[in-house]
Amino acid sequence: MTREEVFATLNGVFQDVFDDESITVGEGTTADDIEDWDSLEHINLIAAVEQEFGIKFSMGQVVTMKNVGEMADIIMSQIKD
Amino acid sequence: MKELEYPFDSDYILKNARKLKRILSGQDIGRIKKKIAVLGGSTTHDIVRILEIFLLHQGIEPEFYESEYGQYFQDAMFGNPELDAFAPDLIYIHTSSRNIASYPAPGDNAETVEAMLEEQYAHFSSMWDKLEGTYHCPVIQNNFEYPFYRLLGNRDAVGVNGRIRFLTRLNERFYQHAESHGNFYIHDINYISSAYGLDKWADPFYWHMYKYCLCMQAIPEFSYNLCNMIKAVFGKNKKALVLDLDNTLWGGIVGDDGAENIEIGQETSMGQVYAEFQAYIKEHKDIGVMLNVNSKNEEENALAGLNHPAGILKPEDFILIKANWEPKSKNMADIAAELNILPESLVFVDDNPAEREIVRMQFPGAAVPEIGRPEQYIHILDRSGFFEVTSLSEDDKKRSDMYKANLMREKQQAGFADYGEYLKSLKMKGIVRSFEPVYMARIAQLTNKSNQFNLTTRRYTQSEIEQTAASPDHITLYGKLEDRFGDNGVVSVVIGEKKEKTLHIDLWIMSCRVLKRDMEYAMMDRLVEECGKAGIAAITGYYYPTAKNRMVENFYGLQGFAKAEEDENGNTVWVYDIPKHYEKKNRYIEIIER
Repeated sequence: MTREEVFATLNGVFQDVFDDESITVGEGTTADDIEDWDSLEHINLIAAVEQEFGIKFSMGQVVTMKNVGEMADIIMSQIKD
Repeated sequence: MKELEYPFDSDYILKNARKLKRILSGQDIGRIKKKIAVLGGSTTHDIVRILEIFLLHQGIEPEFYESEYGQYFQDAMFGNPELDAFAPDLIYIHTSSRNIASYPAPGDNAETVEAMLEEQYAHFSSMWDKLEGTYHCPVIQNNFEYPFYRLLGNRDAVGVNGRIRFLTRLNERFYQHAESHGNFYIHDINYISSAYGLDKWADPFYWHMYKYCLCMQAIPEFSYNLCNMIKAVFGKNKKALVLDLDNTLWGGIVGDDGAENIEIGQETSMGQVYAEFQAYIKEHKDIGVMLNVNSKNEEENALAGLNHPAGILKPEDFILIKANWEPKSKNMADIAAELNILPESLVFVDDNPAEREIVRMQFPGAAVPEIGRPEQYIHILDRSGFFEVTSLSEDDKKRSDMYKANLMREKQQAGFADYGEYLKSLKMKGIVRSFEPVYMARIAQLTNKSNQFNLTTRRYTQSEIEQTAASPDHITLYGKLEDRFGDNGVVSVVIGEKKEKTLHIDLWIMSCRVLKRDMEYAMMDRLVEECGKAGIAAITGYYYPTAKNRMVENFYGLQGFAKAEEDENGNTVWVYDIPKHYEKKNRYIEIIER
């Protein structure tokens, strides 16, 4: 999966979770950029991303992830294995 | 909505919860509104979010109060103005084995452990007592799931110091409390967690990251199970099963293969599967579920199949057997009409996806589960929770007999030229009295189940019924009816509030199965008598139309009331001035006095 494809898939997940088809995410997107993305919704978002890509984030990764770009880094490293 | 029916795709529901809620909120299906307070010992956000969707799907529009993180005990014990103002219709206490303050240590002796058990139990029971005294509403309490590790290995289940043993004993104490408190229910997360798989359920990731006592992916199953209890408490259970025969209750086609060749019984593996399924269905009779057949068959062949010597279900276990070549949706409509119940009270079980689809399209409202392969039938029906039992009344156990007796009455009626003669032949005996303690559960149940013969559609919990019965400002009546075919149990309830010299009728309901038997007149007669004793001069009745209660639109008119008001929504107010010499209206029921 290319980085572009990862982002395309992530867009779909974000759109479903926040029920908003206008959302597009980029490298620097953070919770501050999406209105409904609060700490509680974050849990559901992480679970939906894991399910979509068939991966599992570790606690350490979830804690340190700073933006969607870093999320994509972890996804790409896991689906390569 | 298929996405929300068991077996569902949990990941899909979690991800698309917002969309599902948006769609459900857009449907106007006349939901009942309920206020639910969630008192959490751990994070409840997603549990509530998903619960809301399932409740909307069940016809309940919830409003939630959620305690601050982990504040269940504080909210319950020390008062909370916000919770008081919220005035919950139901309280759910979401605690788990993560909330046990102290567990036995390996060195503790039996007395020490006993004291710990007492202390833990008292923590909860004092809270339940407090809630009961303050809010008078149903309380649902989680039991405890097992922890994800066992320090003592297998001995953890046996030794007094073991956590498994400790939780098992504590759970047993919870059940004892539930047995002696009618309005207190246990949400069995111990079962749901083991069915889900404890290792996945108790994934420490979700506890340490987000303070969830279960993993995210298990939340839809969790909330679904909880929703089933809540809908049952609010009278939204299904009432009847409508079953196909060929390849549903036995293997093979009885019309083609012959009754002797259908697969049922112990000879083959498939025969055993069907026999176990038949036994499972038969047990539903004892919890008050009415069994019916809807099959494309000659009736003769259907009966031959049901009389198979190795079969568990026999023709007499069913109330209605529709074995014909009519569309199944038409049979469904006939069954609902003959049993006098609403389409949404029926569950249709058929192995054939095409028949299921036709019933879904042509007979909306009924539950039509995707029951899968024969070896999955029990699992899927069971976990669907259509008939979740919150309490078992005597009437539940006898329901099938009561409905059968009703059908015999109807047959009998056909033989009488004069309806009055028929009513006389029934030799009816009735009891009409103020609420009595033994019937409080049944009365509350009726107020939640009656939709058609229901003037105000006001719902009461059992504790509200008890409070009303004890109130000096109310007149309460229940009516019980018996005839030569059997006992119908409690079938009618009236509640009126006294204001000066007038009685205002808050509730007047009757079970449709005793329609046109003079029972409504017997209730009126006693109501007038009670008003006389209380010095009441007039009665005011109210009719609030719903999608289901058109049949009683003119009920008060028939009782001799005069219409006083009507608004643009069809709400009407009726007045009855009690005459000096009231002539009793009931002519056919012999009323048993004390």
